[in-house]
Amino acid sequence: MSDPLGGVAELRGALDDRRVSAVELVRAACARARALDLNAFTHLREEAALAEAEDSDARRARGEARSPLEGIPVALKDNVCQAGEPAQCASRILEGWKSPYDATAVARLRAAGAIVVGRTNMDEFAMGSSTENSVHGPARNPWDPECAPGGSSGGSAVAVAAGVVPAALGSDTGGSIRQPASFCGVVGMKPTYGRVSRYGLVAFASSLDQIGPFARTVEDATLVLEAIAGHDPCDATSIPEPAPALAGALSGDVSGLVIGLPREYFASDGADPEVLAAVRTAVAELEQAGAKTREVSLPHTPYAVATYYLVATAEASSNLARYDGVRYGRRAERVGDLLDMYRRTRSEGFGAEVKRRILLGTYVLSAGYYDAYYRKAQQVRTLLRRDFEEAFAACDVIATPTAPETAFRLGERAADPLRMYLSDVFTVSAPLAGIPALSVPCGFVDGLPVGLQLMGRALDEASLLRVADAYQRRSDWHERRPPEAA
Amino acid sequence: MSFEPVIGLEVHVHMKTASKMFCGCAVHYGGEPNHQVCPVCLALPGALPVPNREAIALAVRAGLAVGGEVHSRSVFARKNYFYPDLPKGYQISQFEEPVITGGGVEIEVDGEVRRIPLTRIHMEEDAGKSVHGEEEREDESHMDLNRAGTPLLEIVSEPELRSAAEASAYLRALRRILRYIDVSDADMEKGQLRCDVNLSLRPTGSDVLGTRTEVKNLNSFRYVEAAIEAEIQRQTGVLEEGGEIIQATMQFDPERRTTSVMRVKENADDYRYFPDPDLVPLALDAARIAEVRAALPELPAEKRARFEVEHGLSEYDARLLVATRPLADFFEAVTRAHGDAKTVANWIGRDVRGALKERERDLEETALTAPALSALLKLVDSGRVTPRSAREVLGVLMDEGGDPESLVGERGLEAVSDTGALEAAVDEVLAAHPDDVERFRAGEAKVLNFLMGQVMRRTGGKASPGLVREILARRLEG
Ligand SMILES: [Zn+2]
Repeated sequence: MSDPLGGVAELRGALDDRRVSAVELVRAACARARALDLNAFTHLREEAALAEAEDSDARRARGEARSPLEGIPVALKDNVCQAGEPAQCASRILEGWKSPYDATAVARLRAAGAIVVGRTNMDEFAMGSSTENSVHGPARNPWDPECAPGGSSGGSAVAVAAGVVPAALGSDTGGSIRQPASFCGVVGMKPTYGRVSRYGLVAFASSLDQIGPFARTVEDATLVLEAIAGHDPCDATSIPEPAPALAGALSGDVSGLVIGLPREYFASDGADPEVLAAVRTAVAELEQAGAKTREVSLPHTPYAVATYYLVATAEASSNLARYDGVRYGRRAERVGDLLDMYRRTRSEGFGAEVKRRILLGTYVLSAGYYDAYYRKAQQVRTLLRRDFEEAFAACDVIATPTAPETAFRLGERAADPLRMYLSDVFTVSAPLAGIPALSVPCGFVDGLPVGLQLMGRALDEASLLRVADAYQRRSDWHERRPPEAA
Repeated sequence: MSFEPVIGLEVHVHMKTASKMFCGCAVHYGGEPNHQVCPVCLALPGALPVPNREAIALAVRAGLAVGGEVHSRSVFARKNYFYPDLPKGYQISQFEEPVITGGGVEIEVDGEVRRIPLTRIHMEEDAGKSVHGEEEREDESHMDLNRAGTPLLEIVSEPELRSAAEASAYLRALRRILRYIDVSDADMEKGQLRCDVNLSLRPTGSDVLGTRTEVKNLNSFRYVEAAIEAEIQRQTGVLEEGGEIIQATMQFDPERRTTSVMRVKENADDYRYFPDPDLVPLALDAARIAEVRAALPELPAEKRARFEVEHGLSEYDARLLVATRPLADFFEAVTRAHGDAKTVANWIGRDVRGALKERERDLEETALTAPALSALLKLVDSGRVTPRSAREVLGVLMDEGGDPESLVGERGLEAVSDTGALEAAVDEVLAAHPDDVERFRAGEAKVLNFLMGQVMRRTGGKASPGLVREILARRLEG
């Protein structure tokens, strides 16, 4: 039996040397998912995965391995569709529904030989920052089970951090990959908007949503990104560019590369000082490696959270209208007329946070408020985008904390949505601007991981990955294992 | 006080595409319910729309055909409302930035030609259909989503129509254009053309607009006319009694030919339109528009002008012949086979159209072919068939088809050119009408026509008119 905590590279070597089979890896992953009491998975597809693993082993035996991901077990956030599997999005309203089709990203992962072992817990319809808004109950942080793993892709972050799978897919709308990656001490990346097809990703906010990878190393995240990226004719917002070849970016060489430090993100009152200190130390390490730093400004940052919650909720209010009990999912029983069916189906089917956002978004788009809120938010979004364009004239990547703090305790913010929204302060700008961003582990505060966020120019995932990889070559945070996974 | 109606029409037509507006499902009428569907048009979680390039080209074509402005940038927007036949809970349409603005449609009413300006043309998707349960399950409703996502064009006129007759003429003219350019079959029976009427009254001569009502979902020309007349009558009644028109959506009862309030619009409906974030703004560069323009079929007005020049037709004849593209194509085909455009134009303009009207049919619905009509006209030219007999054969060709030559033989319709038989008939007529013979000889030349008619009647219309005239003249002079 191989080390269950191995990354893709180690597992690939073990598979190639016949030290382990894909069947064994799938079995181990499922056993581990069941053994851990972290509520990371909402569904395991062990039987189907084992059958696929057998095929994979047979391919490898014939010398027909499809890619570096051949035979590697992976997990999917429960909002990324796979044919024949549920995609409940942690919502009561999608109880019992199974997708008849594969998301493009899933089809590509499978075409690369990866084996999906199961689906991970999340905030309902990806709305939340703690994976507490789940019909399945909260997922737990492997570094401290009393703490939240972050969200909304908490389950995927936990699955990777706890060594169930070496890689998983999540989705990021306002930080839903990067913040849980930061809280759980793994790498999480949100690619450029349009880089990975959204076809088959259950929509929260269409203009912001992106699928991206979780892994323990930048190298592994890069392999997954290469497999899933590239133009998809089924997504009209997909960028008509082929998947980038990124492996060459992981050279470890950052000499001459300029890292921008936005002063708005390093304000002393904006984040936990120890978190800021960890991030500054990480940046200093990169300077040691030859990178240069300079202060930059993103002046519209104070408006980002408000803008994000206007745009995201407006789009969500419309995106979630399809859950009406007519065609699939859960319909309230013993309803009266049509209006009663809608009202009760949606009242019973959606959780409090989803309802709050649907209401907010409906209001934002209403006649008489549209200009003041939605249109204004779009205008501010343009200003935010410009902030980044100007900043990137002076630097290659921007470094910030991923979150203003480390993982908070479960339940601590559940009653205070505004405080919960403010924990997204560092992550909402990148999706608003459509640029790529990732979080890489850069230290611990009181035993809980801290994440360094790197943001880059649109389509320049390569620079982000180069810097993050260079950092991992000079640090060992990613090699530490959470107590719950030991 | 007299009132003047101010009428604008919103017309929805199904575009003639192979697939739906935002997915690959076939557009197919009358299939098994819910068999032309996919994750996209069922609005399954995660599915995304991709605009149909063919539909976009057809929309541009329609815009060019009515002389509208094709915008290089237009935006798909979501119109949000809940209804079970609307899978996504919103319809993808265009709102602030439609693909076409402006343009117009020429109509003719009572000999007066007017151009009705258009506000806009935009693309959208159709909803599905509710199928309500029958008998033992009458409390149930079922959804058939085969139609959901069918590409629609919405064509909005300015409120420049002044009567039911004008509205009807506008609809016919619009339908003719859409059929000419192959954008839509616009078959109302199949629900491919539906019409909403916006109507208000104002004191004649005033330019202040009254409160308008909207009569929704009219699916035949007759209903459109009847609904407009009923609504004019209703609003006139209200105003004459000193009442006030309330802004409302009306429904038309075709049985009783009345309109009644379906829903009062207390505030303007709030559809929370916003740009669809799943779709990027539609960009149409000059090259793409030029490509569509190059493929634009000849329009009625252009065809009419060409018929006047190329075939030497009068404006009147040319206008009749371009009424529909099949009729115009038919005219050209018969002319090619026959050779004399004017003869063909006369026959089609008068006799063929008359026979179609009698049968309440379109040309395509009859068995008449261009070679058959050409052959028949050649029989007339050679004097082997009289025009009157030819009209009888034409009827048979329309209803049953066949070969004109054999039909003439079978039915004994050969023109009588036996001089002896005709001379006998002429003599009988002259003997029966001595007074008229006197009047002719006294100089009343037009009596000749009367006498000719009598001879024709006596020969059952089969006499060759030239020969009869010749014999009559000879006899009357003698
Ligand atoms: Zn479809």
